[in-house]
Amino acid sequence: MTGRPKRLVVLGAGTGGTLAANRIRKHYPVSDLVIDVVDQNNEHVYQPGLLFVPFGLADPEEIVRPRDRQLHSGINYHLSAIRSVDVDANTVLLDDESVLTYDVLLVATGSVLQPEETDGLLGEGWLDTVFTFYDMEGATALAKKLATFDSGRMVINIVDMPIKCPVAPLEFAFLADWYFTERGVRDDITITYITPLDGAFTKPTASATLASLLDEKNIELVTEFNTGEVDGSGRKLVGYDESEIPFDLAVVVPLHGGAAYVEDSPGLGDELGFIPTDNATLQSAVRPNIFVLGDAADVPASKAGSVTHFEGEVLVANIESFLDGQSLEATFDGHANCFIETGFSKALLIDFNYETEPLPGHYPGPIGLPLLKESRLNHLGKLMFQSFYWHGLLPGRDIPGIGTDMPTAGKHPTSV
Amino acid sequence: MTTKHFAGIEVELNDEGFFVDPAQWSEAMAPELAEAWGIPTPLTDKHWQVLRFMRSEYFEKGTGPTVRKLGKTSGVTVKELYQLFPKGPAKLAAGCAGIPKPRGCV
Repeated sequence: MTGRPKRLVVLGAGTGGTLAANRIRKHYPVSDLVIDVVDQNNEHVYQPGLLFVPFGLADPEEIVRPRDRQLHSGINYHLSAIRSVDVDANTVLLDDESVLTYDVLLVATGSVLQPEETDGLLGEGWLDTVFTFYDMEGATALAKKLATFDSGRMVINIVDMPIKCPVAPLEFAFLADWYFTERGVRDDITITYITPLDGAFTKPTASATLASLLDEKNIELVTEFNTGEVDGSGRKLVGYDESEIPFDLAVVVPLHGGAAYVEDSPGLGDELGFIPTDNATLQSAVRPNIFVLGDAADVPASKAGSVTHFEGEVLVANIESFLDGQSLEATFDGHANCFIETGFSKALLIDFNYETEPLPGHYPGPIGLPLLKESRLNHLGKLMFQSFYWHGLLPGRDIPGIGTDMPTAGKHPTSV
Repeated sequence: MTTKHFAGIEVELNDEGFFVDPAQWSEAMAPELAEAWGIPTPLTDKHWQVLRFMRSEYFEKGTGPTVRKLGKTSGVTVKELYQLFPKGPAKLAAGCAGIPKPRGCV
């Protein structure tokens, strides 16, 4: 590149924004490309850790680090909320009134919880009989509640899709079964898993495996329940069809949407605040110079860190091609890879993409971690991942043997 | 895949009962489809508002809207949608409007 340096503005310093900014920074000298990253606070939460907080298995302090410290030198960090993006003027207006001009914009502001969109959810029972573990405040409050919850009915309720990490509520159910067993109160507690889906999970083979695990652990499964209201003081969920499910303790996964500024940015997002994005190239359908990474995109992949991680390499290659005036050649296959904690120091692993559902076998090749099967190795894999997240994934290092595309070598086709 | 007759015309349905080819659908089929999907009949103006909206969204975007999107954009509230199409508004309205099942979120 020659002439004035180009400008890349990255909205969001979470998993996607951080890894992309770090990878792109390595590729260009500062004289060719200025990189600005914006976020509204300086707390980078390792979100998979939130699952463990209610059970006293993770310390809140441990899973939060400063956002700016995860960015390589030569990247400008702006600590401010975003007010709006003007997609015609190529500018971003920040809450502190400053304006950033961009040649390329990367939207990586993820998804946000919208508990206010469900009647009653933030009402009288909130943080008393009704909790969520999807943010730090909720997860911490829930830890206190669970420690003294000795009998009654606990419900785990997904209001509607999409949600971050669609396996996390299942993991919560499995861990709750383990936790109450350890505390010697499991026989006095009913656990009910309530989902709007027609099965335990979205993909058929995994859904069947997970449903039988719920059954083995004596966790009741209620499908196709469409939550209209959460009545915390009356201790019941009310469906849109007026059916009711009573509870003593509700753990609710609220509705999700895109970040608030998207709605104030004409032409940027859809009705839910997600950005229309090409499934393969990760270029937005909004403008050619706007790219999207992670949960903020409307692509039909899980809203999960592993998807963001696998998207990262494709996205970085395509942004670099765009900056260099070349066509976008890199394509994302929808690859996702999730450890599913099942309690008692075991976990499952699932691996899938846009086209192929999670299959049994081994990952990443015939010799590797068992897929769709409980094992201690997978549990250790899940625990070890946190260190890789801070020291490998965010800085933009590759893992030997783990590529972006979904591997097929160790998998067995199946029919269920 | 199976074939069935609606309004006297043979159409192809997939394993879940959704139209394979949305172009085979006509408004005359809607009352029979509504019964097949367990939608309370007769169809009201509000039902029709949703059915037409489902089809226009499908032809514009390649997938029918989810319940949340319907609630935000169709002019019919989520609560009303569940009264009109009990159990699953997006699914039932898609079946009755002759378009594929709306793309689920994963």
